[in-house]
Amino acid sequence: MAAPVFKNPVIRWIDHRLPVFSYLHHEAYEYPTPKNLNYWWNFGSLAGVMLVVMIVTGLILAMQYTPHVDYAFNSVERIMRDVNWGWLLRYLHMNGASMFFIVVYIHIFRGLYFGSYKAPRELLWQIGVLIYLLMMATAFMGYVLPWGQMSFWGATVITNLFSAIPVIGDEIVTLLWGGFSVENPTLNRLFVLHFLLPFVILGAVVVHIIALHRFGSNNPLGIDTKGPQDTLPFHPYYTMKDMFGLGVFLLFYAFWVFWAPNALGDPVNYELANPLSTPEHIVPEWYYLPFYAILRSIPDKLLGVIAMGASIIILFFLPWLDRSPVRSGTFRPVFKWFFWILVFDCVILMFCGKYAPEAYWMPFSLEIVDADTFTARVAEVRGIAHDEALTAVGDMWGVNAAAGTFGIKIVRLGQLGTLYYFAYFLVVLPLLSIFERPRQVPLSISKPVLGGGQSVAHATAKSMEKA
Amino acid sequence: MADTTHGGPASGTRRDFMNLLVNSVAVFGAAAVAWPIISSLNPSQDVLALASTEVDLSQIEAGQSITVKWRGKPVFIRHRTPEEIKTAEGVDISSLRDPQPDGDRVEKPEWLIVVGVCTHLGCVPQGQKPSEPRGQFGGWFCPCHGSEYDTSGRIRRGPAPTNLEVPQYTFESDTLVKIG
Repeated sequence: MAAPVFKNPVIRWIDHRLPVFSYLHHEAYEYPTPKNLNYWWNFGSLAGVMLVVMIVTGLILAMQYTPHVDYAFNSVERIMRDVNWGWLLRYLHMNGASMFFIVVYIHIFRGLYFGSYKAPRELLWQIGVLIYLLMMATAFMGYVLPWGQMSFWGATVITNLFSAIPVIGDEIVTLLWGGFSVENPTLNRLFVLHFLLPFVILGAVVVHIIALHRFGSNNPLGIDTKGPQDTLPFHPYYTMKDMFGLGVFLLFYAFWVFWAPNALGDPVNYELANPLSTPEHIVPEWYYLPFYAILRSIPDKLLGVIAMGASIIILFFLPWLDRSPVRSGTFRPVFKWFFWILVFDCVILMFCGKYAPEAYWMPFSLEIVDADTFTARVAEVRGIAHDEALTAVGDMWGVNAAAGTFGIKIVRLGQLGTLYYFAYFLVVLPLLSIFERPRQVPLSISKPVLGGGQSVAHATAKSMEKA
Repeated sequence: MADTTHGGPASGTRRDFMNLLVNSVAVFGAAAVAWPIISSLNPSQDVLALASTEVDLSQIEAGQSITVKWRGKPVFIRHRTPEEIKTAEGVDISSLRDPQPDGDRVEKPEWLIVVGVCTHLGCVPQGQKPSEPRGQFGGWFCPCHGSEYDTSGRIRRGPAPTNLEVPQYTFESDTLVKIG
């Protein structure tokens, strides 16, 4: 922890007056990091890299883009066709959004599994949730800018969410639009905010890192570092590990950019926005799908919006919902199961958000069929008339266990998924904190490696009694 | 091993080699990232596609001038009178700041085509309309800092260092010129 002595006299002169070099040395060089971090801990720095990639490509794209309803679509096409390397910069930015979300989702689930949200890192976690919210807003606004059909109708649907607010909802939506529909003023303000918010995110990331460095990283064992024997200096050990992870990740990123640049997007967005005609099936980008499924699960407009908002807001309260003193899921035999079900549940919700709510999922034939087709199949298998089959299928969870036909209405599946999502946070975690008996936690990080001593038997159980 | 790390500059260690390798990758990587970003700021294909302009000269009488836009800049086309041509050709080349005979600046003596941007700091000189000042030498007068050009577009007085630039052009026919 001693102040570093720099050889370069210029650096020494500056550092004496403005200690940036000492600060960097302290926070990015000698910064003591738990020595047992696994590759799940790479995703924080990857998210940082993605933020920089998005800001750099975004700045360059903004120099070529025209935020006006008459020119926006064509200016994007001009970037694709005429601007030198414009296709590369746009595809990097477009797929970069998806990569950013993949990285951040893994980062979040890492935190959920290893209990990184628990004391003393509650604020660190909450700042992270805030960054995630800002990311969602920024990505939505960015998606509007190319002014394709999905841009326009996505903007219409998302802004209309606010119309669910009682009494003043319509006035708020008019205020957001700057008109009576999504129009040029809307595009202009969304462009300005899309430009601004990444820098707000950058600021929040700095705060996130300051909070992180207060107690240092959590680790796979979820126990505190107890001294130098448990840590390694950040450089070169974790800088190199992060660099290696970055290299692997960039290969993944490059695959999408160069081989499947439009695979994650919707082809309908290559049609110019038409305020007079809504596309047949509006689907958000993949990273919003679970929340879209939650929104559609609730048959009431206001409650649907509230449920969607609550699904993220609930994360702010997570540190106080999970009161188990053991951080790492590795030592929580029951929690582990519920955690992986949550991961699976989010995938299911994503799937539900992707397809029409009225469609049926047939798990045995792995098909998604629309309601008419499903009814026809039931009629055929049972040998009954179509009308009769219609009654048989009904709306009752859409499950039909008759021989050969088994299907679940997508919206019902989404409701089950939504139920589990909220139950995980509001029921499962609080109850596990009381009833789960965690396995023994090692005494220190270095102990299993350097040997000697035994784990503290039932230490955690005792502290739970106190709680 | 400890000894080799303290070897003189002539004997590189394995670690030196690794550092060199890592730094090279970083430098090439940074260059590979910077290249498309910087290149994207250069003129795009649609800008380059508009790099030439065709002008019909049949309506321009002797003594008249027109201004056309080429690559976003004004180009002066002056149908010179015999007197103007004579004055331009009669100048003592050695007395010029940027010595150039009139014959080198025109394809056809009656048509003078120059880029209408003062070579001092980029203003557009006056003298295209009869009402505008043409300076002492009958060509153009730049209102910004008082540079004066003659009937061949050569700098004669004032701060501008060189003559008005002659763009690349070809006569497609007697009355049609393609600039660029």
